Amino acid sequence: MLTPDEWGIVWLSLQVSLVAIAGALPFAFGLAYLLARGQFPGKVVVDALIHLPLVLPPVVVGWILLIAFAPHGVLGAPLQRWLGVSLMFRWTGAALAAAIMALPLMVRSIRLSIEAVDPRLEAAARTLGAGRIDRFVTILLPLARPGVLAALVLGFARSLGEFGATITFVSNVPGQTATLPLAIYSALQVPGQDNAVWRLALISVVLSLGALIASEMLVRHGLSRDRDTGAHVL
Amino acid sequence: MSFDIALSLTRGRRRIETAFATGGGITALCGPSGAGKSSALAAIAGLLRPDDGHVAVAGAMLFDAASGIDLPPETRACGMVFQDLRLFPHLSVEANLRYGERRAPPVRRIVDFAETVRFLDIAALLGRRPGTLSGGEAQRVGIGRALLSGPRFLLLDEPLAALDVALREEIMTVIERIRDEFALPMILVSHSPDEVARLADHVVLMEPGSVG
Repeated sequence: MLTPDEWGIVWLSLQVSLVAIAGALPFAFGLAYLLARGQFPGKVVVDALIHLPLVLPPVVVGWILLIAFAPHGVLGAPLQRWLGVSLMFRWTGAALAAAIMALPLMVRSIRLSIEAVDPRLEAAARTLGAGRIDRFVTILLPLARPGVLAALVLGFARSLGEFGATITFVSNVPGQTATLPLAIYSALQVPGQDNAVWRLALISVVLSLGALIASEMLVRHGLSRDRDTGAHVL
Repeated sequence: MSFDIALSLTRGRRRIETAFATGGGITALCGPSGAGKSSALAAIAGLLRPDDGHVAVAGAMLFDAASGIDLPPETRACGMVFQDLRLFPHLSVEANLRYGERRAPPVRRIVDFAETVRFLDIAALLGRRPGTLSGGEAQRVGIGRALLSGPRFLLLDEPLAALDVALREEIMTVIERIRDEFALPMILVSHSPDEVARLADHVVLMEPGSVG
């Protein structure tokens, strides 16, 4: 079936995508909560900024990351000086690019599910003695759970497919940043690699399809238990 | 005095005002719709902040605009039964009942779980989700949840409005037994003169406030 190199590509892709969504989740939830419940000036601008990666050419997102995280960039320089870390040409940089690209989809999904939670239930919990964090954990989080799960699966699928921002930001380094789409792109450049392209493409289809079906099943499961949270993907 | 309350609050462009001092037992809050009875109840529970006035229950000051006292709802120990019940849809009936019980300091508990379940005759419902309950069943679970939260007083927002005659009788009996067995002061919002005549020890009439 797959050669050891190809397995390496699959594992790298899974690693990059899982780290990307795990890192993005707290930010996605915080932003979704802010947009769903917060009232503040400039909300429209924040909303638009979060959605920017969805509509910008991915190359532009990659280029912005490149400028920011370059050794002398506004974020790259302090990161290098204080933590001794560089994201350039590293899988961590690929994960960051994937996280930024997945963020708008994750925020949307979580925001819908938070908006579907009736604040009157939280008011009832207050009269029963539940403080702020208690209400968050016992009322809001469980009721928003289907949307959070859908966000994770959707973000994962989006991360697996990330190409433009990644190749622009951290280039196409085998074993570090050459995830499935980048490896397929490389293979396409070399004559006689048709079989490798087929195998890698097939794996991409299987992983992405699996993620979408898992997401839909999670939402349905949540539905039968509770009520519609508006988190459908399919 | 069980209740010593003076409230003035604004909802949209509506002014809501009421003031009363009543003893133990059941105080019925009556008046036409739009008088702000539910808003007054929410303010007593601490869910709405009055512009002015005070809320004292059984000698404890819960809100006082003059001295800046404003206890949050979670420490007011008020057992609130909402008109729309607000049972938690993701929890079983048992978990709904235990929600307030688990959070109440032991000294405040007035009744234990088994006794509540027997008293309200809801043993058969414990494993079910609130979405599958009938109106009368859900009403009893809502009352049970409030009773188990270790309340010092109960606020009942039209607990009989959505029920048919037979169920209404049943819930009225429950309310009378709570009054007699637990000696809890209660405020009951009601539209119905029959209910008020039968249940109320004190009657407070609320008039629609000025619009300005």
